Amino acid sequence: MARSALTGTRIRERRTALRMKQADLARSVGISPAYLNLIEHNRRRVGDELLGQIAGAMAVDPVALSEGAEGALFDGLREAVAGAETEGGAQVAGLPELERIEEFVGRFPGWAAILAGRQARVNALERVVESYSERMAQDPFLLASLHEVLSAVTSLRSTAAILVETDDIEPIWRARFLRTIQEESLRLSETAEALVGYLDDLEEAETGLSSPLEQVEAWLSARNWHLEELEEATPPPPEALITGVAELASSAARKLAIAHIERAQADARALPLEPFRAAVAELGMDPALLAQRFGAPLGAVFRRLATLPVGAGAQPVGLVICDGSGALTFRRGVPGFALPRFGAACPLWPLYEALARPMQPIRAVVDMAGRLPERFLTYAICQPSQPGGFDGPVLMEAMMLILPPPPERTPGERAIGSSCRICPRGECAGRREPSILSEA
Amino acid sequence: MSGKHVLLVEDEPHIAEAIRFILTRAGWKVSLEADGAQAYARIGSERPDAVILDLMLPGSSGLEILTSLRGDATLAKLPVLMLSARGQGRDRDAAARAGATAFLAKPFANGDVLSMLEEIVTRAEAQRSA
Repeated sequence: MARSALTGTRIRERRTALRMKQADLARSVGISPAYLNLIEHNRRRVGDELLGQIAGAMAVDPVALSEGAEGALFDGLREAVAGAETEGGAQVAGLPELERIEEFVGRFPGWAAILAGRQARVNALERVVESYSERMAQDPFLLASLHEVLSAVTSLRSTAAILVETDDIEPIWRARFLRTIQEESLRLSETAEALVGYLDDLEEAETGLSSPLEQVEAWLSARNWHLEELEEATPPPPEALITGVAELASSAARKLAIAHIERAQADARALPLEPFRAAVAELGMDPALLAQRFGAPLGAVFRRLATLPVGAGAQPVGLVICDGSGALTFRRGVPGFALPRFGAACPLWPLYEALARPMQPIRAVVDMAGRLPERFLTYAICQPSQPGGFDGPVLMEAMMLILPPPPERTPGERAIGSSCRICPRGECAGRREPSILSEA
Repeated sequence: MSGKHVLLVEDEPHIAEAIRFILTRAGWKVSLEADGAQAYARIGSERPDAVILDLMLPGSSGLEILTSLRGDATLAKLPVLMLSARGQGRDRDAAARAGATAFLAKPFANGDVLSMLEEIVTRAEAQRSA
């Protein structure tokens, strides 16, 4: 049975499955049956503490009752609120009742889905506008063409004015200026043709509704993040893996995909699948031990761990990679560890600490904020590379593996979030903009 | 303005020729320079009464030349008319910051080049004699 996204509905489903009476459950957690009834119909928000008690009374993991991984609809709605606030719309219409978001989704699932869907569409369109305006402002071909057009028009205008306004112009000058007009008109028409051709050739997908990185993610996600062709003794050429792949609509996405395949292939060579899986079974998911065992780079182990085939009982492993600017270049999320869809992530991620401390391995258990916090074990490392040679720039790349947490809480676990706007940690020292979640 | 000398720094030959024709007929002595890298040295040696400077030049940008001029005590007050194909916003502001006396966006009317040039030279003379 598909789990409902709503906490109240889940509590009710679980309770009915256990054949537990509403009154009994209410009594065991110290609330009135009427209040529990409101909760079960998503009319009242249930606090984390109460949710924990209800879960305890029904002997289930609180995570199983919380909105958890199916919270995309909620994220979408919160983004819509954030968008309205940014545009000042909320001031006009009044703040929406964020604390009643579950009730809204429960009572009007269709409307909620449409609102979240519209928000996703707005986000996508905003990105298209951004990429167009970036292109207009920075595209070297467009800038050079515009300069050509303006130069040609300038000399045409000046020359034509001279011919028209100078009554006593000498024949030699007249001939010269007429030639100028002809030359400049030719130049103008050639530039115009080139411009039209350039604009015609712009692939629609280049400015499509999802970024190249998202297209690669969609493709890898459809492949369960594992490309089994690369495990063969003689793998097919990278292009063969992406031919006809609908997700990779733009040439930019295909380039990223090829780069990913080439790297994955090198990783597969350095860490052959069966020996690697055996080593993981023996040593556990310790990237350093695994790297030591195979004499392989730590980065290869990180990537390999996050792209193993789905096996029996294997938990999904998340991985995020960023460059020196902090921009995410690879993102594989796991349920409960929400990766921001837009904008920058939480500055408290160990990923960014690693970026500031190159070559220092960082092992940290993190507590990811959410309706119900979830813990994860993370390993992060940042390593420099110099693809441009010894005198070339030093490029930093940080990566962070996201693994299931150790069962017991340990001191020093870190409170992190997804990104500030949808993070409930109001008093966070790392906060860079206010959260839209007033309920925290 | 007969007999005055202006150095025109412009890499587009047809534009340069048209401007030279207009100014020459109005009595100006016009010398041309297409290479940005040579412009500063020529201004120093020819000592023109004014300079018309294109903002986008090969070799050295019009802004760099202008900054060098303004940093040179003997040339700091030389009237400079800046031309640019990007007339609005950044180019105009950048030209003003670098010390352009006047600014004209391309494409321009021929009469504007002449009147603007004469205006900045007259103003500079008035300041000198004041």
